[in-house]
Amino acid sequence: MLLHLGYNLLQAAVVIGFAPLIEGILARLKEIVQSKRGPSIFQPYRDLGKLLRKDEIVSRQSSWIFRAAPYVAFTTPVFVTLLIPVLTRYPLFFAFMGDMLGAGFVLALGGFFVSLAAVDTGNPYGPMGASRTRMVGFLTEPVFLIVFMTISLVAGSTIPYIVQDEWVRSPAAFFAPWHVLLVIAFFLLILAEDGRLPVDSATGHFELAMIEKSKSLEYSGRGAALMKWAGAMKLFVLMVVFLNVLVTPWGLAGPTDTSLAGVLLAVPLVLLKMLAFVLVLVVIESSLAKLRLFRISEFTGAAFVIAVVAMISRLFAA
Amino acid sequence: MHALSTSSLLSIEALAGGVFLLTALGTVAARQLLTCFNLFVLQSFLLSASAALLGLALSSPHLLAVAAITLATKTVLIPWLLRKTVHGEVYRIREIDQVLNIPTSLLLALGLVGLAYFSVDFFGGVAVPAYSLVNLPIGVAVLLLGAFTLTVRREAVAQLLALLVAENGVFFAGITIVPNLPAIAELAAAVDIPVYTLVVGLLTRRIYSEMGTTMVGRLTALREE
Repeated sequence: MLLHLGYNLLQAAVVIGFAPLIEGILARLKEIVQSKRGPSIFQPYRDLGKLLRKDEIVSRQSSWIFRAAPYVAFTTPVFVTLLIPVLTRYPLFFAFMGDMLGAGFVLALGGFFVSLAAVDTGNPYGPMGASRTRMVGFLTEPVFLIVFMTISLVAGSTIPYIVQDEWVRSPAAFFAPWHVLLVIAFFLLILAEDGRLPVDSATGHFELAMIEKSKSLEYSGRGAALMKWAGAMKLFVLMVVFLNVLVTPWGLAGPTDTSLAGVLLAVPLVLLKMLAFVLVLVVIESSLAKLRLFRISEFTGAAFVIAVVAMISRLFAA
Repeated sequence: MHALSTSSLLSIEALAGGVFLLTALGTVAARQLLTCFNLFVLQSFLLSASAALLGLALSSPHLLAVAAITLATKTVLIPWLLRKTVHGEVYRIREIDQVLNIPTSLLLALGLVGLAYFSVDFFGGVAVPAYSLVNLPIGVAVLLLGAFTLTVRREAVAQLLALLVAENGVFFAGITIVPNLPAIAELAAAVDIPVYTLVVGLLTRRIYSEMGTTMVGRLTALREE
């Protein structure tokens, strides 16, 4: 019991510790693809260190929400890691506290606070980005629900550990047509939810076109560091759910061997899977152009249709 | 010698079926003509892969022959013919003219997929092997999606590609209903389809050189000179 609690905390530590590294690798690879050298993969750590040492300036016009938002944004992905299989295949201490839907709500809570904080200051770009994020948010919401519903039809549960076990145990379920469709729909959701390229340019610095990043423009010092870190962790958590639960449910510490060595061995394997995912992301980010704002509904509409087709094919196959 | 068991071959075939359906949805949603074209080539490849996997799983030489013929005609010959006959300018079209906008057509496509799965449920009573229950609804769905795209698009080449997609759907369902489909039937189709691709391609080329466009949906009135 205590061991499982310890592993749970270790998972959270892995997410906190390695999230900036993934971001650094992504940035570096993108620069390499564009024939540039790019910053070191450890640059995000240096940025965080620098920001944490700097003074923080907060607008006198803002309320407590502006000051609380970075902490909420930072805590929610950490909280979600307690619910999902980051390193182990067997359920840990907090595994049954909430399902995938619950994890989605917790992540949405962080997003909600960040949006409120963006509206809180007088900055004209903040509210614009916040309302655009809400727009993307309510377009992706139905897709998330359909995806989770289909997953619960397949696995009989939406607890991530049980879902993952289902794909591992039965290869027929793993190769089923609805599984591919679910994976594609969820992938499109990650792109939309994390502000990745066809929806939003994650590295763009043009305020009028920003969606995701404009909400943290007003932050400085520790607040900015926490927001940056929170963004990296959110991507990390979404990737963990995508890779460890849906696409490649292998390579985690097995149910028979519960030693610490097994859990630690899972860390490089999970990072390797993420590297593969990051490569795909780099290809997408270097080859696609940003969609016009009102075409985003087409993008999420496609994801919705794919998810519903997955559900239909599952319903009639039974 | 059997490194892969029959059941695992069939499950990989189901995976190909999922991606096959996905490419058909892609042709409904794609705005660029070149994307449609590439999706068709990918889809034909998946059709051929599916036939090959089924042929291996059921040890049917007919299906292997079908796979080989499909690979030769649909992923090599037809794309080559389309590229040769139709003017290169046409492939640079970034916005295919459509009667309906993309979200509406995607929603209708969703209905068609539902209809396909629903209708195939009636076939369940007939004795069909389990693997047909993967291919049959996907094939019918792709047939309907292709026919739908054919009616919605106003561009000649896009319409032709939609027709070929529908044809792929028919074959995808066909290979499981009649696994011992005589290879001669497939061979006949393999001659037929490149011929009509050639005819439509040449016609499109003619229309393009006369009108400077291939938006056949706009050509609705006769004019006396």
